[in-house]
Amino acid sequence: MIEVKDLKKGFDGEMILKGINTTFEKGKTNLIIGQSGSGKTVFLKCLLGLFRPTEGTILYDGQAYSSLSPEDQRELREQMGMVFQGSALFDSMTVEENISFPLRMFTKMRRSERRDRANEVIKRVNLTDANHKLPSEISGGMQKRVAIARAIVNKPKYLFCDEPNSGLDPKTATLIDNLIQEITREYEITTVINTHDMNSVMEIGEKIVFLQKGKLAWEGTKDEIFKTDHEDVTDFVYSSNLFKEVRSALNKKEQAK
Amino acid sequence: MNYVGNVGQYFMMLKGTFVKPTKTSVLRQLIFKEIDDLIINSLGIVAFISFFVGGVVAIQTALNMDNPLIPDSLIGFAARQSIILEFAPTFISIIMAGKVGSFITSSIGTMRVTEQIDALEVMGINSLNYLVFPKIIAMLFYPFVIVIAMFLGILGGYVAGVYGGFTSGQAFIAGLQDDFIPFQLAYAFIKTFVFAMLLATIPAYQGYYMRGGALEVGKASTTSFVWTSVAIILCNYVLTQLLLSS
Repeated sequence: MIEVKDLKKGFDGEMILKGINTTFEKGKTNLIIGQSGSGKTVFLKCLLGLFRPTEGTILYDGQAYSSLSPEDQRELREQMGMVFQGSALFDSMTVEENISFPLRMFTKMRRSERRDRANEVIKRVNLTDANHKLPSEISGGMQKRVAIARAIVNKPKYLFCDEPNSGLDPKTATLIDNLIQEITREYEITTVINTHDMNSVMEIGEKIVFLQKGKLAWEGTKDEIFKTDHEDVTDFVYSSNLFKEVRSALNKKEQAK
Repeated sequence: MNYVGNVGQYFMMLKGTFVKPTKTSVLRQLIFKEIDDLIINSLGIVAFISFFVGGVVAIQTALNMDNPLIPDSLIGFAARQSIILEFAPTFISIIMAGKVGSFITSSIGTMRVTEQIDALEVMGINSLNYLVFPKIIAMLFYPFVIVIAMFLGILGGYVAGVYGGFTSGQAFIAGLQDDFIPFQLAYAFIKTFVFAMLLATIPAYQGYYMRGGALEVGKASTTSFVWTSVAIILCNYVLTQLLLSS
């Protein structure tokens, strides 16, 4: 579980995050949504420990990152998996080398053991015949699977994803969303996903945090987000024609009842 | 003011490179890879340039000797002095600033743009140690490149001088041995060592702290070449003043 208490982050005197309080629960897919410039990426980077908060604390299962010794901070980092927007695979390494990289860096596993574990997660993310290929030789969807496999290979306690399905076709995007949700439940991970994709919200939004201008404007579940009257949330959710039509259809249905 | 900030950040980067070391077995493999990329892969171009520039030095010296009182051995002497003192350590380092420097900047810069450096940091890896330290160690082998440049430069001078009919083999070798000061070799290798550190770290700095996309990677490579060359020329002047002027 990750608890965020009065988190503030500023750059050059300008506050980007203006006091966020929320909790991300274990075994659930927690989504951070909001418009571009709302502070989602800064928030995620604070959660990852890449940015030091200006004020406030982030507790990882009760431990505040800032209060830990450098060695403990490093250990905590090792328990985090991250799926980057552009996958961020090491392009000089093969798929299998990319996936087993965290094991090579942080465990004393032998090469054969590393290979076995890598193959285990490769199978889990449904990647086939790609072990010896370079990232440039596989599709965007496969790259995302490799990135997920690399993020979970060391059995992390926390999984962070930045726009995990951006640049993917709707079908592959849904498959990736579902894969993340399945893995979250299976491995009992605290997963935090940064997205502005409403399809992801509908698919896997067990907890949704809506950010606006650096503040937490709303939080709830995927069922609640379609019922809320919060003006900013409805503006965001129904900004696409598809969702507008869905809403008007739902309204008509309710009126007919 | 920005320049001062950059210099400060450069030294902070150097400090960051030597803390939180990467796992030894991984580091060893990275160092071998860098030796291959930075040293072995540069030998071809260095050999080619050294041989022909050595030849040109010999021909130019021969063609400018119009006084019959000047001995032919001067061709070998001039080739030795210019190649050992300046051409091999300095001129080759400027070429390497283009070849090795732009390779380092573009490879690290691309990793920055594609978030690969962020991925290392998130995993708790000191990305500076992982990326820059192996390059510094690999560049410790740079003096071997310069030895090869010196040897081939003088060989090129010999071939052009003797087979071009400008001097005899005996006179050329006598010129090579004439008034030889061993400290000049030490001076050349002290310079080489300093240039090797500049060649590894300035391009790494330019790549590591770049921001933007593919276009900026190209710009950073150009900037890296310019600043590495400037640093090499300035250090060359300072070291020459310090080591040879007394």
